[in-house]
Amino acid sequence: MQAVTPYLEVTDAIMEAGGEKLKTCLQCGACTGSCPWAPVNGFSVRSMIRLSQFGLEGIEKMMWECSTCKQCEVRCPQGLPIIDVVKAARTVFSQGGLLPGPLRNVVGSLVSKGCPWGGEKEVRYDWMAGRPVPDFGPDKENLYFTCCTYAYDPRNRKVGEATVEVLNKAGLSWGVVKTGEVCCGEAVNKMGETELFGKLKDTNHKLFVDHKATSIITGSPHCYHTFTKEYPGGYKVRHISQVLADAVDSGKLKLSKSLLKKITFHDPCYLGRHNGIYDEPRAVLKAIPDAEFVEMPRNREDSLCCGGGGGKIWMEVPAGERLSDFRVQEAIDTGAQILVVDCPYCLTNFEDSRKVLNAEDKIQVMDLVELVKTVI
Amino acid sequence: MAKITKKPDKEKIGVFLCHCGTNIAGVVDIPALAGYTRDLPGVEMVDEYKFMCSQPGQDLIKDSIKKHKLTKVIVAACSPLMHENTFRKACEEAGLNRYCFIMVNNREHNSWVTEDKALALQKAKDLIRGAVARAFWLEPLEVKEVGVNPNVLILGGGIAGIQAALDLAESGRTVYLVEREQSIGGNMAKFDKTFPTLDCAACILTPKMVSVGQHPNIKLWNYAEVDEVSGFVGNFKVKVRHKATSVNFEKCTGCGICQEKCPVKRPSEFDEGLGNRKAIYTLFAQAVPNKPVIDRVNCTYYIKGKCKVCEKFCEPKAIDFEMKDSVEEIEVGSIILATGFHLWEAGQMPELGMGKYPNVLTSLQFERMSNSSGPTLGKILLKDGREPESVAILHCTGSRDVNYHEYCSRVCCMYALKFAHLIKEKTKAHVYNFYIDMRCFGKGYEEFYHRLLEENVTFIRGKAASVTDRAENESESGKLIVMGEDTLSQKLLRLPVDMVILTNAIEPQLDAQEVARKFKISCAGGGFFLEKHPKLAPVATASDGVFIAGACQSPKDIPDTVAQGQAAASAVFALTQRGKVELEATTAIVDEELCSGCEICLSLCPYQAISHNAEKKISAINDALCKGCGTCAAACPSKAIFARHYTNQQILAELEGVLNERI
Ligand SMILES: Cc1cc2nc3c(=O)[nH]c(=O)nc-3n(C[C@H](O)[C@H](O)[C@H](O)COP(=O)(O)OP(=O)(O)OC[C@H]3O[C@@H](n4cnc5c(N)ncnc54)[C@H](O)[C@@H]3O)c2cc1C
Repeated sequence: MQAVTPYLEVTDAIMEAGGEKLKTCLQCGACTGSCPWAPVNGFSVRSMIRLSQFGLEGIEKMMWECSTCKQCEVRCPQGLPIIDVVKAARTVFSQGGLLPGPLRNVVGSLVSKGCPWGGEKEVRYDWMAGRPVPDFGPDKENLYFTCCTYAYDPRNRKVGEATVEVLNKAGLSWGVVKTGEVCCGEAVNKMGETELFGKLKDTNHKLFVDHKATSIITGSPHCYHTFTKEYPGGYKVRHISQVLADAVDSGKLKLSKSLLKKITFHDPCYLGRHNGIYDEPRAVLKAIPDAEFVEMPRNREDSLCCGGGGGKIWMEVPAGERLSDFRVQEAIDTGAQILVVDCPYCLTNFEDSRKVLNAEDKIQVMDLVELVKTVI
Repeated sequence: MAKITKKPDKEKIGVFLCHCGTNIAGVVDIPALAGYTRDLPGVEMVDEYKFMCSQPGQDLIKDSIKKHKLTKVIVAACSPLMHENTFRKACEEAGLNRYCFIMVNNREHNSWVTEDKALALQKAKDLIRGAVARAFWLEPLEVKEVGVNPNVLILGGGIAGIQAALDLAESGRTVYLVEREQSIGGNMAKFDKTFPTLDCAACILTPKMVSVGQHPNIKLWNYAEVDEVSGFVGNFKVKVRHKATSVNFEKCTGCGICQEKCPVKRPSEFDEGLGNRKAIYTLFAQAVPNKPVIDRVNCTYYIKGKCKVCEKFCEPKAIDFEMKDSVEEIEVGSIILATGFHLWEAGQMPELGMGKYPNVLTSLQFERMSNSSGPTLGKILLKDGREPESVAILHCTGSRDVNYHEYCSRVCCMYALKFAHLIKEKTKAHVYNFYIDMRCFGKGYEEFYHRLLEENVTFIRGKAASVTDRAENESESGKLIVMGEDTLSQKLLRLPVDMVILTNAIEPQLDAQEVARKFKISCAGGGFFLEKHPKLAPVATASDGVFIAGACQSPKDIPDTVAQGQAAASAVFALTQRGKVELEATTAIVDEELCSGCEICLSLCPYQAISHNAEKKISAINDALCKGCGTCAAACPSKAIFARHYTNQQILAELEGVLNERI
């Protein structure tokens, strides 16, 4: 075995980049034991942290295995903010553009176009054309923030379209600022590109402030997370599931059509574990006439990550290691005909897995808003 | 076939069978055993109960003794260690001498060690038959009481002895505190800070030392040792040797001019060799008493017959070159040994470079270095006067190591954390701790560990294997190279550092065996004093009236040491408050007619209870010291010694009872 000498400069750099609690890790391994990736590809968060504590080689590869699902963090007996450490390691090691190939494209697109999907700025709002989308202004209560994924991804665009219908039906006072929005920056932040994230954040925050927005609605839990946890604030932020639950509860939105189907719900990491929103989507689903709601074995705090967080939505994961495949199978095993999600990344991954598993006739994947649209 | 030669009709034996819940009754068929027992000779009555040790169980025994006028009682239950005293007391309360009682161990010796019910019943029958056979021969014995002298000897003036002395002095006892060094304080006096609260050691220790020095009930005898101990619980005679200090403490004002003027320089033991002292010296600035002594081995006057510089400058004329050791005999009723520990020097581990590289320090050397009144005035410095840029602290130096000390020294993890903190506080150095396991067991200790994790110390899980100065490149030159594996990342680490601190194992004092012999106690496996029971009697010893406290019993931290000091004080208090002790009646006696005076028994007695009566040319046994172990009785070639309650007759009768189906 070649002897190595600890390189504490790296350790210090990681600590300075936001992983200041790094040294408090006792290496108990509860993180690796909880990690959804460990059993499929042998990824050990604990080892990654250990190497970081000594500044030793190997961190730079391991750190991209994490999808920031937070399962480890909720169980860490030291309360170590593990995702902060992963993020800090990425910041340190990807300085000077040393990102994995696919992520380099994402960063390039964000820098030039403000969105991670390579879509042009000019077409960001094209999907709204011909739809009753109000302009946001002083007369409107809620600003609806359009996630880039809804704007550019054809499958997710349907969710955006459904949202317009549902919000109008609920009689909500809402509108969209139809120019100048950029990506919320959640994923790029977790990729360790803190500077770029700062720019995106400033742009959106300025837009909110300039338009005197006091209440923002997001469709993606990732936008919700960033606005509530990373932005300076000054506005109320609600996820669409919360808005729907409110509207159903107050009677403003009537779920009147019968749905004679078995449905199950997948808790997205950034809605559930990251933000504690578990009950609202369930309240909406349970209010659908005749629908039979079932839970998957891993639900709420134990929900299995779809594998798409932390930048991994853009990275290639070998077949057999894709968490979304396991998740869709889990949903099928409950006998549900519809797997309901509430996050654009989960939707993308699950639609994919449905095809990979040849399960298109067995189960349907729908966003919560899409499903609601069919029963109002 | 053996026959009971005593007339059975004279005895009325009561036998009580305990179920111990299902512990015994679940295996041994109690009704069958009762039926069998009823037919044994001499057995007047048999009864059984769920828990004989309970109040109703004891009442059953008492009532039966009265009702049936029982002359002997047998209880078949658990181990006598557990409840012999309980049942003896019950017998006595019903008017039966406690030695007319026998306990049969039907649980540990039977039901707990077999699942075979037939064999268990058979064994229970055998054991009870043996007890019945022996019961015929039991004699009532007289229990003697002796008075207890209220004065107390405490040996060792570390924090354990100090605490015990203060507690007892407060309770009105006269305490002789004998300390062999010139000052009390022990190891704690050397420390800078104390874990986990980081209070300064001197700040919490010196006030107690001063109280000891001033307390009217404490006779503080420094620079003194115990030569000889005789007597027994309540009545010890102790010869204390006052070593010649060469300074008359009555006259000495402690001005310090003698130390200033003395031309001799010697490495200071108190500073662990990091600084110097003179030939006439006090241990440290806050010493109690703060009076110097002359180290005669190194004093020029004692070597060459001239110098006397100290005498010249001593205004009160306190120097006395002719002073001799003096021996004083005192009488005390109880004794507390608080002689503390010795720090293993680690010289036997050459791979760690102790003694070879000047920047490899022992733990106590680091304590002295970090102490603001120590040789570097509290600065952490390398031999060349520079501040270290990196320090490695190696845990388990000679502890948890079958080659040196198998046991854990218990405090090292915690003081290693303390060291890491002090280094971080005083220097800009990187600190690496090599550990096998982190043992942070006490109150506030885990929190302290966490604090150190937050202070950016690098913890390496693995025992450091070697320390060398073999640099492999420029950046390593002049450094100490520590090698070891981080077992968590499974990486072999090569760590160039400026300073290495060992956590030397805590050992018994080098003279622990000798002290144990003097006070008639034993040493345990590692050489530390053996307590009477590791859980239930941690400060008592096999020698009644002799107690132990602090690190002499096992490595321990200050909180545990102080707790033991107080525990020992309270045990002594209870003993002296009662004013009397019962002496065990089951002692050995010598048949003067038969004894040939061969003295074989003398050397065998583990309690030194036997002496030779030169006049009568026979052995004599001191009842107060004898524990009735029977060694002498078994060894006596003339069969002149017998042990009360275990006479040959009693033992043979029991054996025959056990072995013969019919008695
Ligand atoms: C490097 C180091 C750092 C430590 N730091 C801490 C800490 O921060 N916090 C903590 O809680 N614990 C600490 N400890 C543990 C602490 O030292 C012990 O708990 C404590 O000293 C035990 O006290 P004691 O009175 O039993 O023994 P000692 O302190 O050893 O005192 C024994 C006394 O008895 C005297 N003596 C010995 N034999 C005889 C004899 N035959 N006749 C007369 N006198 C005799 C000795 O001269 C000495 O004065 C540390 C230990 C070490 C080695």
